[in-house]
Amino acid sequence: MPHIALSPDLPGIRGAMAFRPETARPLNALVEVLLTGPNTLTRGERELIATYVSSRNCTHFCHSIHGAIAAAHLGGDEALVKQVKTDFTQAAVTPKLKALLTIAGKVQQDGKLVTETDVNAARVLGATDIEIHDTVLIAAAFCMYNRYVDGLDTVQPDDEALYRERGKRVARDGYVTVSEEYLASHAGH
Amino acid sequence: MPHIDLPEGFPGISAGFTYRPETAKPMRALAHVLLHDPNSLTPGERELIAAFVSSGNECHFCQSSHAAAAACHLGDASVVEQVTANFHTAPVSPKLKALLAIAGKVRQDGKLVTKADVAAARKVGATDIEIHDTVLIAAAFSMFNRYVEGLGTWQPRDPEMYARMGQHLASEGYLAPSIKQPLADPVSAS
Repeated sequence: MPHIALSPDLPGIRGAMAFRPETARPLNALVEVLLTGPNTLTRGERELIATYVSSRNCTHFCHSIHGAIAAAHLGGDEALVKQVKTDFTQAAVTPKLKALLTIAGKVQQDGKLVTETDVNAARVLGATDIEIHDTVLIAAAFCMYNRYVDGLDTVQPDDEALYRERGKRVARDGYVTVSEEYLASHAGH
Repeated sequence: MPHIDLPEGFPGISAGFTYRPETAKPMRALAHVLLHDPNSLTPGERELIAAFVSSGNECHFCQSSHAAAAACHLGDASVVEQVTANFHTAPVSPKLKALLAIAGKVRQDGKLVTKADVAAARKVGATDIEIHDTVLIAAAFSMFNRYVEGLGTWQPRDPEMYARMGQHLASEGYLAPSIKQPLADPVSAS
C-alpha cells in the first residue's frame, strides 16, 4: 500500500504523477530531454545510465522499466542490460560508456566523489563536455526519480512481461506522450 | 575548477543552467511548482525542507541559497540555522518536524520512510499533498545537490551573494535566473 492515496491502477511513478499533475509535467519534460532529446549519446546508452543508477539505488520499478526501454532501443538485448546492472565493466559496451557509467555511479553516491581523473578518463575515450554534463544530470535525476518512487512506497510489480511491453511503448512514443494518457484519465482526482 | 567548460562567473547551479538551457527549463519549472507556487505549506516551510536536505547532503551552494530564501520568507535566519543543526529542538510546528523527519529519510533512501513516519505526520495535520510534496522536494534536492557537486561547480563562500539570491528566489521564484550576469573575479572570490 502506498503511503498516500495513489490510484491502484497506476504502478510506480505513474501513480505519483497522476496524483500531482503540476509536478508531473516538469518531471516528464526533464526525462524527455535527457533520455530522448537530440544527443550524441544514443537513446540506448542514456537508458543504460538511467537503468544502472536505478539499479544501484535498488528501485525495482525504475530499473525494470528503464532496463526494458534500454533493451527496446538495443534490439531486445536484455542480457546486455542485465550485465550492465550486475557489472558493467564486463559488459559489451564502449569504453566511453564505461567511463561515463563510472561517473554516474559516483554521482549516485555523492556528486563530490567525481574526480578530475574520472572526467579525464572519459574525455580520453572521446566523451564530450555535453556528454559528461548529461551523464551527471541523468544520474542526479534518477536519484530523484528513485527516491520519489520509493519514498511514496508506490506499487512496484514483479511481472517482467509488464515492463517489457511498456518499455517498447515508451521507447517508441517517448515519456511526455505516454504520460498524457494517464494524466488525462486521472485528472481531477 | 569545474569538471567541464561551464560559463565563468556563474555560481553553483546557475552554471549548469546557463550551459544547458534545454535541461534548465524543466528543472526551474519543477523548483518553482515545489517551492513557490500556492501550497498549504508556506514557501518558508518548503524552503526549510530544501535547505535541510541540502545541508544533509553538504552542498554549500544549495544549502546557502535556500537557507537565504527561507530566512527571507520567515524574516528570521536563526530558525533556519536551528533547523539545519537539529530540527527537533527548532521553533517550527510539530507538523513541519514530522515532515522534516520524512525528508531526512528520503534524502538517504526513499525506502527508509515507514508507515509510522507517515502516520505521525498525518496525526499532526499533514495532508496527502503535503506528504507528497515533502517527499518530492527531498528527492528533487537529492538531484539538484548531486548536479551542483557532480559538475564541480564554483560555490562562492560570500554570504552577501547568497543573501541577494535568497531575496530574488523568495520574491520571484525559480522561473527566471537570479544570476543574470557573470559575477566578477570568480577565482579570487572563491
